[in-house]
Amino acid sequence: MRSERPPVLLAALAIVGVAFFILPLVGLLARAPWGTALGELTTAEAITALRLSLVVSLAATGVALVLGVPLAWIYARVAFPGRDVVRALTTLPMILPPVVGGVALLFAFGRRGLFGQALDTWFGIRLPFTTAGAVLAATFVAMPFLVLTVEAGLRSMDRRYEDAARTLGAGRWLVFRRVTLPLIAPSVFAGAVLCWARALGEFGATITFAGNLPGTTQTLPLAVYIALETRPEVAIMLSLVLLAVSLAVLVVMRDRYLRAF
Amino acid sequence: MRGPIAILIAVALLLGACVSAIPTDSPQIKELTVFAAASLTDGFTKAGDEFAKSTVRVRLTFNFGSSSTLATQITNGAPADVLASADEANVQKIVDAKLADGVPTPFATNRLEIAVGVGNPKKIASLADLGRPDVILVVAAPTVPAGKYALEALAKAGVTAKPVSQEVDVRAVLNKVSLGEADAGIVYVTDVKSAGTRVTGVDIPEQHQVVARYPIAVVKDSRNAALAHRFVDYLVSPAGQLVLAEFGFSKP
Repeated sequence: MRSERPPVLLAALAIVGVAFFILPLVGLLARAPWGTALGELTTAEAITALRLSLVVSLAATGVALVLGVPLAWIYARVAFPGRDVVRALTTLPMILPPVVGGVALLFAFGRRGLFGQALDTWFGIRLPFTTAGAVLAATFVAMPFLVLTVEAGLRSMDRRYEDAARTLGAGRWLVFRRVTLPLIAPSVFAGAVLCWARALGEFGATITFAGNLPGTTQTLPLAVYIALETRPEVAIMLSLVLLAVSLAVLVVMRDRYLRAF
Repeated sequence: MRGPIAILIAVALLLGACVSAIPTDSPQIKELTVFAAASLTDGFTKAGDEFAKSTVRVRLTFNFGSSSTLATQITNGAPADVLASADEANVQKIVDAKLADGVPTPFATNRLEIAVGVGNPKKIASLADLGRPDVILVVAAPTVPAGKYALEALAKAGVTAKPVSQEVDVRAVLNKVSLGEADAGIVYVTDVKSAGTRVTGVDIPEQHQVVARYPIAVVKDSRNAALAHRFVDYLVSPAGQLVLAEFGFSKP
């Protein structure tokens, strides 16, 4: 990359742009109770939220992997009418306000929802106010990140390996499992990490659909929101945990993220 | 060396431009920013309209939320002119932070009620029924006034209930009941009234009641302090009390 001297105006605006992102972080760091940091993070409410968030975000990533990789494969390999529309619908949660997602989930899978009613009467399954509901909300907002990343990986991979396997007599499923999947493993990993990070930060859909109960549905972002009013130190430390995780994900994913999009 | 200095000057100018771009008081319409407890949503919207009609040109902007959220926002510098809280503790927070102009004025009281689904399908008759395992109960978070009062009421009635969610404010509790996700929620009398036909109310007897006292305080540094005090005066005037009574609030 050739380095240039920027025009003054561009540089000035860029500096304001950087400050816009850096200053909130500085504000958070300046207010952090460093002396008692460990104490705040090991309070019962912090531990409960940390543990639940790990469970929910990992479960959401698991669901996203099981459903998202096949979906990405279909998008990348099968031409069917309305594919762009379907893809747009399934990536909608990336830009949809999460609260709207939560409301939609409520009207679909809530106790009085279109399908939730059937789930309740036929199987006795109720999703709102349960950890499963929190996983559903997190999966809803996070899975598109995995699907898009994996699809990009599938489109950019060298398909000659698949062709070779096919000519040697391997069936479609065998080719997918033994050739395609190993080749796109880096994309799957990148997608899973992005998906996990998004699931970890989920707030709007969770509080709308799953509610807020410590140990059941109160994930880290919800705990931050609630604690801010009474225990700001806990809220700040939990925020820093989320910040550190997000930063680590971006640093690790830097190249891959930019390549995928 | 010219480059970096020029950049710094440009940044300084830009920041200066941002600061001076903040609109100064228009001589025409005065703005009053009212931070008010979620339970005041309907009452204050109407009271605000009436107040605006009765006085010089004023436009009220409301920020409704849990009283604790609002107090936190104000102590962190949110540009509110008044804070109306559903409890005394949260107004006391801004008094303690030396952010109140004068003493808080009590302007209303409220009582608790159990909100249940339309027609009361779970046959909930009292707080004791909220402890039943087949009743899905939602309350407000214990950090917000409505949640605190709900716990007090349950304790007075000697009921051990397991709420499935602690919502961020009392309106969220009401929504969960009116959407049918929860069987019951502990809210204010005024919330049941404002929900109209979307929920049914179950009375809480006097001995288990908790009275919510609503104070209002003018925020120091309010750019419209005089107008803010007039809004407070209006709320405690017979006209203001009449509007609040219409929504189910009682006298302070």
